[in-house]
Amino acid sequence: MGGYILKRLLAAIPVILGITVIVFLIMSLIPGDPATAILGSYATPENVEKLNRDLGLDKPLVSQYFIWLGNMVQGDFGRSFSLNRPVLDEVLERFGATLILAGTSLVLCSIFGILAGVISASRQYGLADKAITFVVLIGISIPSFFLGMMMILLFAVKLRWLPVSGMYAIYGGGDLPDLLRHLAMPAIALAVVATGVIARLSRSAMLEVLRQDFIRTARAKGVKENRVVWRHALKAAMVSIIPVIGVQAGFVLSGAVYIETVFQWPGVGRMLVTAILTRDILLVQGGVVIVAACYVLFNLAVDVAQSLLDPRVKI
Amino acid sequence: MTILPMTRRTVSALALAAMTASMGLPALAQTPPGVLVVGQIAEPKSLDPHAVTAVNDFRILMNVYDGLVRYKSGTLEVEPALAESWEISEDGTEYTFTLREGVAFHDGTPLTAEAVKFNFDRMLDESHPFHDTGPFPLSFFFSAIETTEAVDERTVKFTLNAPYAPFLSNLAYPTGLIVSPAAVEQYGADFGRNPAGTGPFKFAEWRSNEAVVIENNPDYWDGAAELEAVVYRPITDANTRTAEMLAGGIDLMVEVPPNALSEFEGDAYTVHEQAGPHVWFLILNAKEGPFADVKVRQAANYAINKQAIVENVLEGTAAVAAGPTPPAFAWAYNETLEPYPYDPEKAKELIAEAGVEGAELTFYVTEGGSGMLDPVPMGTAIQADLEAVGFDVKIETYEWNTFLGEVNPGLEGKADMAEMAWMTNDPDTLPFLALRTEAWPDKGGFNSGYYSNPKVDELLEAARISTDQDERAALYQEMQEIVQEDAPWVFVANWKQNAVTAAGVEGFELQPSFFLLLDGVSKN
Repeated sequence: MGGYILKRLLAAIPVILGITVIVFLIMSLIPGDPATAILGSYATPENVEKLNRDLGLDKPLVSQYFIWLGNMVQGDFGRSFSLNRPVLDEVLERFGATLILAGTSLVLCSIFGILAGVISASRQYGLADKAITFVVLIGISIPSFFLGMMMILLFAVKLRWLPVSGMYAIYGGGDLPDLLRHLAMPAIALAVVATGVIARLSRSAMLEVLRQDFIRTARAKGVKENRVVWRHALKAAMVSIIPVIGVQAGFVLSGAVYIETVFQWPGVGRMLVTAILTRDILLVQGGVVIVAACYVLFNLAVDVAQSLLDPRVKI
Repeated sequence: MTILPMTRRTVSALALAAMTASMGLPALAQTPPGVLVVGQIAEPKSLDPHAVTAVNDFRILMNVYDGLVRYKSGTLEVEPALAESWEISEDGTEYTFTLREGVAFHDGTPLTAEAVKFNFDRMLDESHPFHDTGPFPLSFFFSAIETTEAVDERTVKFTLNAPYAPFLSNLAYPTGLIVSPAAVEQYGADFGRNPAGTGPFKFAEWRSNEAVVIENNPDYWDGAAELEAVVYRPITDANTRTAEMLAGGIDLMVEVPPNALSEFEGDAYTVHEQAGPHVWFLILNAKEGPFADVKVRQAANYAINKQAIVENVLEGTAAVAAGPTPPAFAWAYNETLEPYPYDPEKAKELIAEAGVEGAELTFYVTEGGSGMLDPVPMGTAIQADLEAVGFDVKIETYEWNTFLGEVNPGLEGKADMAEMAWMTNDPDTLPFLALRTEAWPDKGGFNSGYYSNPKVDELLEAARISTDQDERAALYQEMQEIVQEDAPWVFVANWKQNAVTAAGVEGFELQPSFFLLLDGVSKN
């Protein structure tokens, strides 16, 4: 297993490098440059040229890339010109916030998705199944940013139970209850769609398992129905549910871009959008490397978890 | 078969838990008295005034730093600030400032002529030891400076390479704010995160993407401010900013979207409005195509219903523009100018005279951008008006940076017209950079429509050299009349900046400079 993990990690390096080359090329191909973005209406050719020189962007593209790569390997991600601070500081700070948000959402959507799926499956075509299916379909169909805005209007503006935006209160905040209050709405808004997807797929996975012989045997032996559903069947169904959660993790991370904007969450998604608009190539590269590494690691973790659950999967 | 045992007991336990949880929540979103929380539109780039270009950053900087001069409240005329007086040599190339006595930076070091010299040398002299703490994108505001000299402790002399009338108002601009040399020496490139100035508030804390906090400076030379502190929160999404204002999470909100203004009617809020030095216009390609004929350019000005755009698209957050100079420059504005009236019949006549009925026009529209207001709906309204008088208008839409990359090098061979907006601090800037023959794109200017009138060139050159404000005013007023007649642009709108304050915030006023000045504000 250790050897497999090492091999996968090594294989991830060319993937991440390939991504940085593609991002670098795309950023260079789109019109407009950082100097134009900074100078705005004052972007005369003369001013642009001078500022690009000051920013070190007058060198040929290939050498720019290799300078960046050489520095990155040594842990130096450069300095963001739109934020005027080291890229690594910014990315790590932002990434922490995204992990809190996306991680909470992923836990929420896994718990509630599986719960809903199992209940639906164990009462197929019953009232609970129909009600859950109805709610789940609504959840899948609502755009998360719209749901976020509606939640703000209700819980923050009308009822004043929760703060509108941000991660911590400006005054007297900073502790865990404060974080949870700020986290509640964005985490739920982000989790809703993924919950629906996981619920639908858990339901069908469970239905398939519940029809199998070993379930009938368990019931025949007099095992309590609760135990049959939650222990015997769910464990077998998890083998097909876990990869779905792995895929949803990707959706949750990309959905965080909208949710972070609506709730002003200081995460990496919002940072990337701003960085692209200001043509802040170093910040884009730094953010992409971290996000790509995260995808790769998470997929690896999913594969490992699957092999642990299913003796038929050999790695 | 009970999956989740939903007995009456569990239900009531859950309900009780939910109730205690909601009662246990503290009173939310009440900002403390004496502390003003401002909703900003973005995270600042830096708090080094020489390194930034965005109005959003200026809103913080103008409260932390002072310049040698500043705009008199409610106007765009300069008055003394850190300099208590100044003299200009006969030929307009030497400016000698006498500094106020006893002013200290927030880090305790005194304001001296050497400190002022340090500021300008850092920006302009590539061999200065701290020039690498930049880049300084707007340093060309001061490119006329040849030398800065500390004559004695309190006297500083600037020698210009040629007379340059906008010099004083450029000094009142954020790029002219004076930073503490000791702090720059201490923090180097990180000065922008550890700023020290002389202003009414001193820097306290910057929590990335959450807040910038500035605190009262009790020793301020112009009388201490009333607020204990100001907190700037970056809230990029306009809807979220509006929700924060309604929920009481911020006390002051700038750039309220037109469609959200109705939320703030009533006693709990005050809506502020102030026209500024902004003009929104269409650049017309005067070099080729139908707009090479002045009659067709005038026809476009008659054909577009500016009043409808200002009232319906912008919901009253702008006024119809009459010419190239915004009325906010009261001293230089030509009061006699009347905007081109909406007269499609007259437009059709002019188009027929020029013989370009049904001409096809390519129209560059941007999706957004600094000062561009609501460019897509405005562009669509303009397209409809021009089609109503017989043109065939084809819109091409670009993201802002791409748009600038297409428009600034000139419209020749690509388009007949393009949207554009400028905010400036001196009546010289925009016409000098965008209407002179010498400012055609190939010569490094912004005259992307290739307008050329030797008389206008002459007036603008003369106005730049004169140091007498009345003389400059007369020259600008004549220029505006000619330019309106020549119609190199369609003059569309002058933006009125708006802001909302919560009840309890007193003494707040928007400035025509679009700067946010908070030293006279109080909050109970």
